Amino acid sequence: MIDLVMETPRTKSIVLEVPDWHGHRAGQHVDVRLTADDGYQAQRSYSIASSPEDTHLVLTVERLENGEVSPYLVDELGTGDELELRGPVGGYFVWEDALGGPLLLIAGGSGVVPFRSMLRHHRAIGSTVPVRLLDSARSLSDLLYRTELMRIGASSEIDICFTLTRAQPEGWRGYARRIDRELVNEVGWPLREHPLVYVCGPTGFVETAASALVALGHQPDRIRTERFGGTGM
Amino acid sequence: MPLSRSFHGRRRTDVDSSRIPPGQYVTNGFPVLSAGPTPHTPLADWTFTIRGAIDKPISWTWEEFRALPSETVTVDIHCVTKWSKLDTSWRGVSLDTLLDDAQTSAKYVLAFSDGGYTTNLPLDDVTGGKAWVAYEYGGEPLVSEHGGPARLLVPHLYFWKSAKWVRGLELRDHDEPGFWEGYGYHNYGDPWKEQRYAGD
Repeated sequence: MIDLVMETPRTKSIVLEVPDWHGHRAGQHVDVRLTADDGYQAQRSYSIASSPEDTHLVLTVERLENGEVSPYLVDELGTGDELELRGPVGGYFVWEDALGGPLLLIAGGSGVVPFRSMLRHHRAIGSTVPVRLLDSARSLSDLLYRTELMRIGASSEIDICFTLTRAQPEGWRGYARRIDRELVNEVGWPLREHPLVYVCGPTGFVETAASALVALGHQPDRIRTERFGGTGM
Repeated sequence: MPLSRSFHGRRRTDVDSSRIPPGQYVTNGFPVLSAGPTPHTPLADWTFTIRGAIDKPISWTWEEFRALPSETVTVDIHCVTKWSKLDTSWRGVSLDTLLDDAQTSAKYVLAFSDGGYTTNLPLDDVTGGKAWVAYEYGGEPLVSEHGGPARLLVPHLYFWKSAKWVRGLELRDHDEPGFWEGYGYHNYGDPWKEQRYAGD
């Protein structure tokens, strides 16, 4: 671990120098395994936040209350520590230029992490595929990568919309409600453009977004989902 | 392997560790994982079909299926994303019952589901009291997020083999990777051998 970036009070990006890393595809994840002195082990999966073109591998980890691995990664891990990784893993929730678009990315909370990888990749290869990101967070301070996303959103191929579901700063001009069919319809692409859609977030969020998309007439096989959280430990 | 300095973990003392496969942790929740939207097929349109290497496909409507002899089983389930859940209670039809009349030379099955999901298993792993098509969980109808109206239940393998929204089995002489098996996950998926990914 060579660097640690505080993204929000509960979320940090862990920058890793990985010897013999053979690269990954945007949207994939890795398994992280921790080993205690007495051999006890715990492992969890984390989405990769860096693009395949980035020099270092970055994982963005949100500390889950009562979690086992995430509190260690967010609070205990220090620069210079070693971490055992397995991966990259997953071949479906990935985006590459050849898959085309137009792309609609719908993120809830830390569900934006794999999309950061996809967006950085999109910029790194100079893709002309049009992209829209709908990013939902509880409040401005919970919004991951805000500065970077604003910068990426300035490019002509990429539009980024935020919705803040619990608290909005004064003068907020983005959306201010939980995701629903109308919001997905407003932000998304017309059906005739046959968009490719990725949804990532907590289970309830993904269910709502994916159901809204299907109800709007999107083809289920053009909707790729990744659900996380709610393990109720 | 590197030791994780000052890592202790949250070990559970309330569960029998011999029931937890390597690399798994026990959860009391029931996480949901699927690659696409949750399908909602009306029961009036639902059928379960056995086809492929069989003289004549067999098919049941929802009503016919529910009239088949059912079993209640309590099993531990293990998801490749590391969670395990103990003592889950299901009701459904044993695959032995469904395959009873099927004369076949097949050695494999490919389960297929609403939404296009598939998963492959050796026939020997779904017969002999090892697999069910379950339509109740915890005494209640199985909800759609967890695979309802009916899902495959093959608890001795990682849970992606227990296909949600299952609509039938294709009997096959030759093995063919299903959905996740084609995306780098292990072809067989034994949690006790930690067969998560291809090559494990």
